[in-house]
Amino acid sequence: MTQNTNVQVNNGVSTSATQTTPLWLLAEVTYRCPLHCAFCYNPTDYDKHTQNELTTAQWIQALRDARKLGAIQLGISGGEPLLRDDIEEIVIEAHKLGYYSNLITSGVGLTEQRIQALKAGGLDHIQLSMHDVTEDINNFITNTKTFQLKQKVATMIKAHGYPMVLNVVIHRFNIDHMKQILEMAEAIGADYIELANNQYYGWSLVNRSQLMPTREQLDRAEAVTNEFRATNPNVKALYVVPDYFNDRPKKCMNGWGEVFMIVTANGDVLPCHSARSLPNMQFPNVKDADLGWSWKDSPAFNKYRGTEWMKEPCRSCEDKEKDLGGCRCQSFLLTGDAEAADPVCTKSPHRHLIDQAIEDAKNPQLQAQAILFRNDKNSRRLASGELKSLIEQFHSLP
Amino acid sequence: MTTQIQLSDVFSIGLHHRFQWEDAQQNYVILFPEGMVKLHGSAGEILKRIDGKVSVGEIVEDLKTTFPDAEDIESDIMGMLELALSKGWLRKV
Ligand code: SF4
Ligand code: SF4
Repeated sequence: MTQNTNVQVNNGVSTSATQTTPLWLLAEVTYRCPLHCAFCYNPTDYDKHTQNELTTAQWIQALRDARKLGAIQLGISGGEPLLRDDIEEIVIEAHKLGYYSNLITSGVGLTEQRIQALKAGGLDHIQLSMHDVTEDINNFITNTKTFQLKQKVATMIKAHGYPMVLNVVIHRFNIDHMKQILEMAEAIGADYIELANNQYYGWSLVNRSQLMPTREQLDRAEAVTNEFRATNPNVKALYVVPDYFNDRPKKCMNGWGEVFMIVTANGDVLPCHSARSLPNMQFPNVKDADLGWSWKDSPAFNKYRGTEWMKEPCRSCEDKEKDLGGCRCQSFLLTGDAEAADPVCTKSPHRHLIDQAIEDAKNPQLQAQAILFRNDKNSRRLASGELKSLIEQFHSLP
Repeated sequence: MTTQIQLSDVFSIGLHHRFQWEDAQQNYVILFPEGMVKLHGSAGEILKRIDGKVSVGEIVEDLKTTFPDAEDIESDIMGMLELALSKGWLRKV
């Protein structure tokens, strides 16, 4: 599943500096998925984690432990979480523990029977991914025939009294339909729509030249979104900005080990989705490490917490608290140095890599390259080095 | 922002929102899809009295009794309720 979710720990009323708390727990319960999205955020070598998933009991224990640490928002994600038949059990436990729980789904596998059980179990909301207003593009980008199904599932979610939360990953193939996408959201009664401009990790990075829109397309899309917001206050439209086109990086995950904790299908505990692409890092695993230790004391979580690890230009930068130097994974994947400033930053000596990527995306030859869809076979081919030429410009497997 | 709140109004927690005490943070929070808000001292005190039954006037009286030393409590409460209403944390019943 894509997870461009910005945590909005909206301290709107008043704030106090507190110790870091993993307020947001993302349970990536499986990497198996019936869809094959070109922009999938999952690691490209996910296939090696599909045979050693945590058991129901292990998940329940992880939920309990995380709750003790202060986790409160729970995302149940994947892959497609509904490929597991114990989501209902996990939801019941989450509800008992006092989580606000969210199922992040492609809609595949959400039957009337299951949605009833999830509702009864106390699931708070469902975030459905949609791809376009046209069947062609939906089916192309996911490499599946899922358009009709998603429409049906949207109706079902609404009928069960759930808030309608749509997530649409925005890329070259749907960006010019922004207006129609927003109108569709309104027509199906969406309460929230997250317009997640594609970020380049995982499969998305492999397919970057084919997926990246132009600056002009982005400007138009943003203008359309603002116009929509002004006239449709009932639909909350969240617009995740495309970092490549900014001068400054995003405060990735709201800070390494600040509010986000991810537990992956096989039990690894991560500060962000792609942290395993970093070199010389050993991430704790719930099977053998205490979760409190993992969050507070493990070397991996402490490595990039705060600003101590920084080198120039970040170390002496006046904005260092604002963005915490951007994204470690993006830095490493693109520059080969995890401690370098995020190359998106115009102060970074590597900004040219981002500018080059933007240029590449205008190159008709690169645009026309076949997309590498996310599936088990391609995952194995990438991991084995067979498709090396597609990723040789990156410093590790995305 | 114009005040539309009357002392006779009655509110409940917004649709799809949840209000709860968080022990780990020693704070009340409001939870909703894609986010959460921490509510500090007075904001928590106000919102925990919202139950879909009592009126704003009753909440004001209650808080005046509970915090006799607080000054200008009524306008604080109104300000907080206005904010909460505009954000969808509350709805009018
Ligand atoms: S393939 Fe698509 S639906 Fe499946 S996990 Fe990836 S982004 Fe989500
Ligand atoms: S130099 Fe580093 S800290 Fe400063 S804005 Fe750029 S990435 Fe952020």
